[in-house]
Amino acid sequence: MRGDLLLSVSNLNVTYGSINAVKSVSFDVDQGEIVTLIGANGAGKSSILRAISGIIPYKGSIIYKGDDLKQIAADTIVARGIAQVPEGRGIFGNLTVLENLKLATWQRKDKNKIASDYERVFVLFPRLHERKRQLGGMLSGGEQQMLAVGRALMSDAELLLLDEPSMGLSPVLVRDIFLILVEINKAGKTVLLVEQNANMSLHIASRGYVLETGSIVLAGSGKELMGNPKVKEAYLGG
Amino acid sequence: MVYIFQQALNALQLGSIYALIALGYTMVYGILTMINFAHGDLFMIGAFFCFLIAFYLKLSFVPTLLLTMIGVAFLGVVIERLAYKPLRNAPRVSAIITALGVGLFLENFTLALNPYPQHVPALITDQTWTIGNVSISSLQIIIIVLSLFLMLILDFIVQRTKAGMAMRAISWDKSIVPLMGVPVNKIISLTFAIGTGLGGAAGMMYGLAYPVIDPYMGIMIGWKAFISAVIGGIGNIRGAMIGGFILGSVEIMVAAFLPSTYRDFVAFTLLLILLIFRPYGILGKPNPQKV
Repeated sequence: MRGDLLLSVSNLNVTYGSINAVKSVSFDVDQGEIVTLIGANGAGKSSILRAISGIIPYKGSIIYKGDDLKQIAADTIVARGIAQVPEGRGIFGNLTVLENLKLATWQRKDKNKIASDYERVFVLFPRLHERKRQLGGMLSGGEQQMLAVGRALMSDAELLLLDEPSMGLSPVLVRDIFLILVEINKAGKTVLLVEQNANMSLHIASRGYVLETGSIVLAGSGKELMGNPKVKEAYLGG
Repeated sequence: MVYIFQQALNALQLGSIYALIALGYTMVYGILTMINFAHGDLFMIGAFFCFLIAFYLKLSFVPTLLLTMIGVAFLGVVIERLAYKPLRNAPRVSAIITALGVGLFLENFTLALNPYPQHVPALITDQTWTIGNVSISSLQIIIIVLSLFLMLILDFIVQRTKAGMAMRAISWDKSIVPLMGVPVNKIISLTFAIGTGLGGAAGMMYGLAYPVIDPYMGIMIGWKAFISAVIGGIGNIRGAMIGGFILGSVEIMVAAFLPSTYRDFVAFTLLLILLIFRPYGILGKPNPQKV
C-alpha cells in the first residue's frame, strides 16, 4: 500500500576529512508520506539532509523524481521541489520576516500563486503576519521556527526536509509545530523529518529509520518502531 | 568663515571619492569576509580606462563614464572568478595574500603598458563660479553630485531589490542561502561588479580632478578608502559612505590648518585611535548575533 516513489537515497556516504559521518545509507520516501530519521547527536542526520539539498559533497546516489540530484546545483534543487528547514532554523536576522519569506520565492515565476501562498502561510502562522515588518533576529525561538517552516512553504516545494524542528523549543511549541507538519502533509506535501525527539516524530510518521553513528540500524512503520524494545530503551526513555 | 566653506567643499569632493572606493571594500567584506586589497588598484585601472577611452575613442563624459564602470566591473568579476573563488574555503590569509598579489599584478601590468605617467583629457568644460568669496568648479559639482547619485542608487539596490536582499542574506549566513534557491555565485559576482564599478567611477573622477595618472596612484588612496570603510564599520554600506566623508574632512581640515605634511599622519592616527575604542567602527556592530 505504498504510493509513488519520490526520493530514493542509495549507498550515501558523507565524509568530513577522515571522519565518516554517513556510511552507505539507503532509504526511500514516497509521495505523500511523513518519513522520519531518528538518532542521537552526531548520528549523521543533518549530513543526509545537506547532501539531499546539494550543499555538501557526497558519494552514492540521490534520485528525486527520476533525476540524479548530483548533477544539479543546490539553488536549482529548490526549483525542482525540495526545500529544507535547516538545523538551528537558519533565519536571516538582518532581514525582515517578509523578506525572509520572499527570499524563498527566488526560483518562482508564478506571481499569483506566490500571493496566495503568502496568505496561506499567514493563516497557518498568524504571529508571522503580526510581525512581518520586524527583523528575523528579533523573533523568539518558536516564531523563528514558524518562519523557517513558512519559508520552506514559500518555495512551493513538494518535499520538505526538516532538520530538528523541535530543537530548543518548549514542549507546547514542539507540539504546535508537529501539528502544523501533519496539516501541511495532509495538504499534499511530503515530509522528511530528522529528529532527536523520537516520540513526537514517530507518532506522526508513516515510516521511520533509526540512525546510529552514520548507519541505518532499524527501519519500519512509525508504530512498529515505537513498539520496538530497542527504540524504547534508547530513544523513548524506556 | 569663507575659508572654512571653501575647505568644506573640498572635503566633500575628496570624501565622496573615498566613499565610492570604500563601498567596494565594504561590500566584498560583507559577503565574503575578505578584504580585496586589489581594490585600490582597480580604482587606478578606472583612471586608466577613462584615459584610454577619452584619448583614443574621443567619447564624451557620460559614455566614457559608463564604459569605464562596465570595464572595471567586468575586470573585478573576472578577478573574483579566477583568483578568489578557488580560495573561498581556504584560510583567510591565503585570500588576502592573493589579493595583494593581484594588486601588484595590476600595477605592474599597467606600468608595462604605460611606462610614463599619462594625462587624462579634460572631459568637462572647466568653469568656476564664485558665490560670496567661495569658488566652486563645474568638475567639483559633477564629482560630488555624481558620487551622491551613485550612492543613492546603490542604497536602493541593496535595500529595495531582490538581488540586494540576497546580498544582505549572504552577509548574514552564506551557507543557508542556497537552500532558498538563490544562486550564491551569481550574487557574489554581482557584488564584485557593483563594488569595482563604483571604484572605477571614482578612478575616473579622480583622474579628471588630478589629470596626471600613474600605475601606483591607487596604493595610497586605496589604503585611505580602506581606512574609511573600517572607520564606518567594515561590511556596513552606509558606514563606508560616512567613513569616506569623515576621512575626507579630516584630511582637508588638517591640511588647511596644520602643515600639510601632517595629513597622512593624522589620518592613520585616527584609524589607530578608533580601533582602540571602537574596533567595529561607527555603524558596525560588535559580534553580530546569529541565533
